Amino acid sequence: MLKVSAVNDLVVRFANVNGTGSASANNIFAKSIFRMGLPVSPKNIFPSNIQGLPTWYEVRISEKGYLGRRDGIDLMVAINPQSFAKDVASVRSGGFLLYDNTKKLYDEFLRDDIHFIGVPMTALCREHYTDPRQRQLFKNIVYLGAVATLINIEVQVIKDIISEQFERKPKLIPPNFKALELGINYVKEHYEYPLSIQLERRDNVGDSIMIDGNAATALGSIYAGATFMAWYPITPSTSVAKAFEKYAKKLRVDPETGKNKFAIVQAEDELAAIGMVIGASWNGARSFTSTSGPGVSLMNEFIGLSYFAEIPAVLVNVQRGGPSTGMPTRTQQPDIISSAYASHGDTKHVMLFPSTPAECFDFAAKAFDLADRLQTLIFLMTDLDLGMNDHMSPPFKWDDAQQYDRGKVLSAEELEAGVDFGRYLDVDGDGIPNRTIPATHPTKGSFFTRGTSRDEYARYTEDGAAYVRNVDRLLRKWDTAKTLVPAPEFYREKNDRQAGLIFFGTTTYAALEAMELLENEGILLDAMRIKAFPFHQDVTDFVAQHEIIYVVEQNRDAQFRTLLINELEVSPDRLVPILNYDGMPITADRITKLIQEAQLIDA
Amino acid sequence: MTYIRPTFRHPALPKNKIGYAKADYEGAISTLCAGCGHDSISAAIVQACYEMSIEPHRLAKLSGIGCSSKTPTYFLSNSHGFNSVHGRMPSIATGANMANKELIYLGVSGDGDTASIGMGQFVHAIRRNLNMTYIVMNNGCYGLTKGQDSATADFGSISKSQGVANPFQAIDLIGMALELNATFVGRSFSGDKGQLIPMIKAAISHPGFALLDVISPCVTFNNNKGSTKSYDFVRDHIEVTSVLDFVPHQEEILIDYEEGSTASVELHDGSKVMLSKLAPNWDPRDRTSAMRRLQDAKLNGEILTGLLYIDENSKDLHDMINTVDQPLNTLKEEDLCPGQSALEAINASLR
Repeated sequence: MLKVSAVNDLVVRFANVNGTGSASANNIFAKSIFRMGLPVSPKNIFPSNIQGLPTWYEVRISEKGYLGRRDGIDLMVAINPQSFAKDVASVRSGGFLLYDNTKKLYDEFLRDDIHFIGVPMTALCREHYTDPRQRQLFKNIVYLGAVATLINIEVQVIKDIISEQFERKPKLIPPNFKALELGINYVKEHYEYPLSIQLERRDNVGDSIMIDGNAATALGSIYAGATFMAWYPITPSTSVAKAFEKYAKKLRVDPETGKNKFAIVQAEDELAAIGMVIGASWNGARSFTSTSGPGVSLMNEFIGLSYFAEIPAVLVNVQRGGPSTGMPTRTQQPDIISSAYASHGDTKHVMLFPSTPAECFDFAAKAFDLADRLQTLIFLMTDLDLGMNDHMSPPFKWDDAQQYDRGKVLSAEELEAGVDFGRYLDVDGDGIPNRTIPATHPTKGSFFTRGTSRDEYARYTEDGAAYVRNVDRLLRKWDTAKTLVPAPEFYREKNDRQAGLIFFGTTTYAALEAMELLENEGILLDAMRIKAFPFHQDVTDFVAQHEIIYVVEQNRDAQFRTLLINELEVSPDRLVPILNYDGMPITADRITKLIQEAQLIDA
Repeated sequence: MTYIRPTFRHPALPKNKIGYAKADYEGAISTLCAGCGHDSISAAIVQACYEMSIEPHRLAKLSGIGCSSKTPTYFLSNSHGFNSVHGRMPSIATGANMANKELIYLGVSGDGDTASIGMGQFVHAIRRNLNMTYIVMNNGCYGLTKGQDSATADFGSISKSQGVANPFQAIDLIGMALELNATFVGRSFSGDKGQLIPMIKAAISHPGFALLDVISPCVTFNNNKGSTKSYDFVRDHIEVTSVLDFVPHQEEILIDYEEGSTASVELHDGSKVMLSKLAPNWDPRDRTSAMRRLQDAKLNGEILTGLLYIDENSKDLHDMINTVDQPLNTLKEEDLCPGQSALEAINASLR
């Protein structure tokens, strides 16, 4: 029988039951491989459920550093009877399947082109533990030990991680080690090991860290000086709030008084959450909210107010599949258009597209500077894949010499000196007016904030000319934004090929791998990763320079492509959509295949 | 057309303790209908703030959308104002308050803005005991869109624009606020300045959510025969729970109150609310008695006004979430950013 054979290039998938403690064991698995110096990319595939439904954890290990998903499961750890048939079917031919053979496997499940490895996890736990909860929990550690032996993970690395995890509950370390040994010893006694798919220590992760994007976003917000967060629970953004709270409690409590240098309000809904953020920002505190598509829909009216009344705000949109409740626990990039032009009237909004946790951190901090500088709402556009999965990432960096850019906020001294304050007066020609924070000066600088039209001095007016002057100034401000947002990243020394590739956010991982796969097929593409909207001049130039551009994204309607067509006024013929929208992160194989097909049609 | 008041002030105008004349608390000329109850409430706000010697820039006036929500333009023009989104003033107030705990937050809303579109935010601001004064200018109709019945329109009331008896039950904001454990609950009438001004002062001094439901007749759409929110109807059915006085901090109490029927409620800043001629079996510090009194008034067809309930031990949202004493919006980069060294430790923990 064919045997898949590979060193440091494999996909392992764990099929578990939600709520059985498997997540912890699976995280140890990924972390131990990372500590062996191997690039690793874990993905949680989970249901909208707390306990009982199937959940998967898929880990790609790639010595070369490919961090996107890859089709073809080399090793399936099939712990869930409910999904067993599907799990057996999903293993690639010649691959391996580890299962619990406490009970005999039905013949109908067997496949003759994959290798079945049985370990009696339930029986071992029943024999060695008395407490029912422990019997269930340690099954996870038993399979971890078995897998480690099968693919050659260093046991000491796993033990170190377990010891660190239970540093504060050292009593739990020995029973965990025991379970680990049960799995290891059973495999050693019954099978040849390691398998033909195995790992070897390398030094390929450098100073990288492993963290999820939501935690990185929260930490970036702490560093940016956000003092107020309002939020409403919604998957996949909830963990931004939880991480902000965690880091704030660690980094923002006054040691003398024990009081908080931050405030977090769990709002009654997303409308209130964004309203609170706008209220706090209006009053001079850096503030933000995090949500997902349905939440953004609810926030639309306030988003328009922020745009028109020119109040800074940061909105983290951790995208998920839509519309409606859509695919709450699956990933997509489906809110490009609805965020770019959110709300009624003529509106457009700055969006930032990080693709790694380090960028979530940097762009979160950047978002607060941009919001203050541009006096408007900034979308930080991530997605479930980036937000909720651990990613290998460059480490976080903060330049202690840098200063927050709080934008054009007039001080009491400036007001006292008699500066001509018109809240909506374009003083510098960049479309950005001066702003005052309430209570700055006893008699100067107060004004009335409203969503209705007003003149340059914030006086209510229904005069059409004043309205036009105001919204035209907002367009000048939009042009200023183009010079302030992060420039795109290029991957060739010269962008002189005929065809180009455009991608952003989490699509980057698979797109970069696809570039190499295509190159192997003789298809050479220039590439550009866009980091922000409005589009930087470099984006405009790249699009102008290429005859054909493949725009890779994760939604049905090629929304990013539409945004490019609409904003850059280019012919749709030149922009070819390369799409994936089944809720799973896009793969390099899919991108490669679709581009090859497109080229055939073109030819 | 923009209405601008002359800024000239006669030098001999009387001044308050901090040197401001009453005119310094006024706003632009009202564009509401002549005789609108809301203008009386605006005038009461001006008077209360003047008498309390509030520094105008230390107060933020916030509103939603509607006739009532237009009024912040007509008072305190030296204060920052925010005319926000329909029904969403409480969220703006919450955020603003979180950013700076030191300012006075005066929210103005209407019955549509509060009891319909804004019901969700209204009740949650009460739950959080947000430190603000929340005035509902309650006229039972949507004036700005020509008089549709609102959710506080009484069952059977006939407005001019609808012309038929309202078939729906009214939402009583006062009863609901009591039920939600609001810490300061009062009702007044725009036509009773003597009662309204001290109530506004007490509400501003209260360290928590202070609700004032002020019946404020809509002269254009809901002041007709058959309406239960008309001047005539309210005057005929009003039942005042007590005579109320607001005594600022450190001022001597000069009036002699009749013993046995008087309550003195001390506010956190040392000011006092003196209540006299109390109704029997009712104590404004006892929520249950206030709820009972309100139910009795309903059965008797009375419109109960006055300070119905006050919690003297009110703890506001900042107390609950333990924020630092310094306003969050004044914290500087060095207070907020942990710097690269802390980040290196975090990086190390993620390997």
